[in-house]
Amino acid sequence: MLDYLPLILAGTLAAATPLIFAGLGELVAERSGVINLGVEGMMLIGAIAGFAAAAETGHGAAIGLPAGALAGAAAAAVFGFFALSLAANQAACGLALTIFGIGLSAFIGQHYVSYSLPGLQPVVVPLLSDIPLLGPVLFKQDWVVYLSLAAFALVAWTLAKTRLGLLLKAVGEAPEAAHAIGYPVIAIRYGAVVFGGAMAGIAGAYLSTVYTPLWVQNMSAGRGWIAVALVVFATWKPTRLLLGAYLFGFVTILQFHAQGLGLQVPVQLLAALPYLATIVVLVLISRDRKLLQLNLPASLGKPFLP
Amino acid sequence: MHLLEPRAQPSQLMRWTAPLIAIAATLLVGSLLFWALGKSPLESFHVFFVEPLTSGYGWSELLIKACPLILIAQGLAIGFKARIYNIGAEGQLIMGALFGGGIGIFYGDSGSAWVLPAMVVAGALGGALWGAIPALLKTRFNAEETLTTLMLTYIATFILSYLMHGAWRDPEGMNFPQSVMFADAALFGLLAEGFRINSSLWIVIFAVLAFWLFNARSFLAYRLEVGGQAPAAARYAGFPAKQTVWFSLVVSGMTAGLAGVGEIAGPVGQLNLNISPGYGFAAIIVAYLGRLHALGIVLAGTLMALIYLGGEAAQLSLQMPAAITGIFQGMLLFFLLGADAFIDNRLRRRAR
Repeated sequence: MLDYLPLILAGTLAAATPLIFAGLGELVAERSGVINLGVEGMMLIGAIAGFAAAAETGHGAAIGLPAGALAGAAAAAVFGFFALSLAANQAACGLALTIFGIGLSAFIGQHYVSYSLPGLQPVVVPLLSDIPLLGPVLFKQDWVVYLSLAAFALVAWTLAKTRLGLLLKAVGEAPEAAHAIGYPVIAIRYGAVVFGGAMAGIAGAYLSTVYTPLWVQNMSAGRGWIAVALVVFATWKPTRLLLGAYLFGFVTILQFHAQGLGLQVPVQLLAALPYLATIVVLVLISRDRKLLQLNLPASLGKPFLP
Repeated sequence: MHLLEPRAQPSQLMRWTAPLIAIAATLLVGSLLFWALGKSPLESFHVFFVEPLTSGYGWSELLIKACPLILIAQGLAIGFKARIYNIGAEGQLIMGALFGGGIGIFYGDSGSAWVLPAMVVAGALGGALWGAIPALLKTRFNAEETLTTLMLTYIATFILSYLMHGAWRDPEGMNFPQSVMFADAALFGLLAEGFRINSSLWIVIFAVLAFWLFNARSFLAYRLEVGGQAPAAARYAGFPAKQTVWFSLVVSGMTAGLAGVGEIAGPVGQLNLNISPGYGFAAIIVAYLGRLHALGIVLAGTLMALIYLGGEAAQLSLQMPAAITGIFQGMLLFFLLGADAFIDNRLRRRAR
C-alpha cells in the first residue's frame, strides 16, 4: 500500500486538474447568476480543438490549451446569445450545448482517431522533489497541474478581494439592483459565461493533449457534469471546490490501482465510483436546505431582461 | 446586448410557429455546414431528408426510430410541464432493457406466450425503478434531479457493461460483449414480411392516446401544470409537491423502460452495448419541439427519427460521420429555445 501511495496521490492531482478548471469556470458563471449545463459539451469542444491544434502544429499542450480555451469560449458565447441575449431557459440551453458539443467534437474528431501526442514531461522542482512521499507528489507534476492551482488562487482572490469579484456577486445576487445602479448586468454575465467556457475548454484540452493524450470520442466521459455537481458540493466557494476536485480525483484514480492493491472488484464498479460518489455528495450537501439557501446565488438560473 | 422586451400578452402564434422557425433555421445553418464541407447543400438534403423516404422499407425504418422517441417524450413531457427535469431517460431506457432482457435471455427458449408480456412489464418496472431513485433523492434529500438522473445514466451503462462482459454474455459469442439473440417468444412479431416494423407499434399508439386523454381530461395533469407554472398557487391550493416529483419521474422512467424493451425485443434482438443511439437525450428535444403536447410529440418524434435516418444515409452516401445527427439535434434545440423566447417577448423597438 505504502509503495503505491505516492503514485496514487500524484495521479490524484492530475485527475483532479480538469475538474478544477471546469469547476472554477462554472463556479464563476453561477456566481453571476447563470447556470450553464453545457460544461460537458464545452469540454469536448475544447478537447478536440486543443488536440487538433496540438497535432497540426506539433507544439503539444503549449498550443493545445490556448486553442481549447478559445474554442470553449466561443461555444460559451453561443450559449450566451441564447440564454442571455434571448433570455431562453438556461438549463435547456446548456443541454443543447452539450448535445451539440458531443456531435461537433465527434464530427471533427474522426480525422484524429489514430493520432497520438507525446504528452508532457513533469516539471521537477529541484531539492523539493526529493522530499520523501510529498516531494514526487507535489513537485514532480506537469506544468498544467501547477497552472490549475494558479487559476484557483486567481479566482479565489478575485471573488474575495476585488471590485470585479464584488460586481460579479452583486449581479448574481440582485441583478435588478445592479442594473438600477447602472451596471451592465448582461455584459458581466457574458464575461462570466465566456470565462467559464474558456476554463472548460482548457479542462478538455488537458484531457486530450496531456492526460490521455489522444482523441477518443466522448472522452470527457461525464467529467463536465461532475464539475457542475462539484460547484453545488462546494456551496459556490472556490476552496471547497478545490478540495472536492481532489476527492474526485482520488476516487477516479483508485480504479487504476485497485488491482495492485489486491482489490478483487469488477472494473465496472470501480469505473462507476465517481458517478456514485457524485450522487452521494449531492445528497449529503442538498439535505441541508439552509446551507444551500444561504450560499446559492439568489438569481441563479433566472433570466434577466432589463 | 438587450435584444428583447416583454410582450403585453404571450403570443399564441409564436407558440406554435416556433418549432417551424427552429426547423427552418436548422436547415439553413445545416446547408451552410454542408456547403462549408464542400458538399452541395441540395444534394445533401436530398440524401438526408428525401431519399430515406423513397421506399416502403424507409418508412418502416422511420417508424422504428420514431417509436422510442415518441414513447419516451410522452413521459418526459409530463415532468417538463411540472418543471421536473428528468434528463436521464437514456439510463432508464437501459435499465428497462436490462430488466426485460434478463427475462428474454433466460426464459425466451421456453416458447411461452407469456415471455414477451413479462418482458414488457419488467422493462416498465426497471425504467420506473431507475426513475424512482432520483425521485426519492429529490423528495427526501432535496438533491437536484437533473444531476442525479444523469449520473444514474452513467451507472446504468456500467451495469450493462458488467453484465455484457460477464454473466449475461453469449457463451458462443466469441467474447463479444453481447447476449444471445432472443428466441421468437422474446421478440415482438413483425407487422409485415420484409419490414422490421413490429407489434410494439401498438404500445406506442396506445401510449399516445393514453397521454393525450390524461393531459386533456385528468385533474392530476392540471395539478402538475399548475405546479410547474405557478408553484406558489399550487402550494396555496394544497397540491402535493412531492407527489408531482414521484409521478413525473416514475412515469417518465416507465416510458423510457418500455422503449428499451421495444429496442431489444425489436430491431436489436439481443442485449448489447449499443441498445440506443441516444434516444433518451433526443427525446428531450422531441418533447419540447412537440410543445409538450401528446400529438405534437408524434410529429416532432417523426421529424427526429428522420434526422437519425438521414444521419445514417449521410454516413453511407456522403461519407459523413454519424455524429452529424448530434450537431443537427443540438442546433434544433438551440433554435427552438431561441424562437420560444419570442412567445413572451418581442424585439426591442428602439434603444432606451
